[in-house]
Amino acid sequence: MARLNVNPTRMELTKLKKKLSSARRGHKLLKDKRDELMRQFMIMIKENRQLRSEVEAAISQANRYMAVAGSVMQREVLETALMLPKQEVELDVSTKNVMSVNIPVFSPKYRTSDSNDIYSYGTAFTSIDLDGAVSALSDIFPKMIRLAEVEKACQLMADEIEKTRRRVNALEHIMIPDYEETIKYITMKLSENERSTTTSLMKVKDMVLKQSHNFT
Amino acid sequence: MYKAAVIGDTASVSGFAALGLTVFRETGPERIKKLISRLAAREFAVIYITEPAAAMAADTIKKYREEPLPAIVLIPAIEGNTGEGMKALHEAVEKAVGSDILKN
Repeated sequence: MARLNVNPTRMELTKLKKKLSSARRGHKLLKDKRDELMRQFMIMIKENRQLRSEVEAAISQANRYMAVAGSVMQREVLETALMLPKQEVELDVSTKNVMSVNIPVFSPKYRTSDSNDIYSYGTAFTSIDLDGAVSALSDIFPKMIRLAEVEKACQLMADEIEKTRRRVNALEHIMIPDYEETIKYITMKLSENERSTTTSLMKVKDMVLKQSHNFT
Repeated sequence: MYKAAVIGDTASVSGFAALGLTVFRETGPERIKKLISRLAAREFAVIYITEPAAAMAADTIKKYREEPLPAIVLIPAIEGNTGEGMKALHEAVEKAVGSDILKN
């Protein structure tokens, strides 16, 4: 550990002691923050994993329907069927503060209130598989929104945890030991100075006594 | 009000149009990268992108990972699930915890 480059004076000593105590307090706080963030992160990760596998399964299902629909219908017809959507989604974005990480919260707003009113085509010229694909996607959509929320939260929290962990480590392994060592150095130096003053005083006293009274 | 977008090849993303999401049919790497930056600058809060399309613009997506918005979410394309989306999750765990504890 490196000792800080300071003058060994009493003033520096008090300053350093103050710094050390605030570093210790900061370290404790940051450690708590890290632990709580980690706890929340684990909960989020669990949800994220669950949601992701559900969403992926549903989209794969929809894709299968879509592939079948694509094979029985002409591409142009398929495109035309989906060209003008009835439904429209808008997202209201607010943020939630979790341990000073601002995670987004999406609340979707739909244009049509009826969730079945999503088929933007007549059923006469389209395959039933297209209906299957659209309804599978529409069923999973609320979970997709939630997935976006949770995934973003996980990324932001992972980032914050990494930063906090670095700070905790820097305080624990660098700053606090450095302060402790410098404080020790100054205390040693000061007491050494004191001893040296005492001995030189004693020496002077001896000399003075010898001169005036001829003591040995 | 924010909107949600879907990027990918025609076959994979057409269905999302019915849900009222804004669909972009792009397959060129450069165009996808530009598109993501453009959407991020505009009022798109969530961008769903198919895994093959995401693989072409990995660096652009990484750039937005630490921004609060937009949230870029990988979804499987019509060819099947490549597991890229789960990989991002594992990466986040590894970053936060120091090792991938979800592996098994």
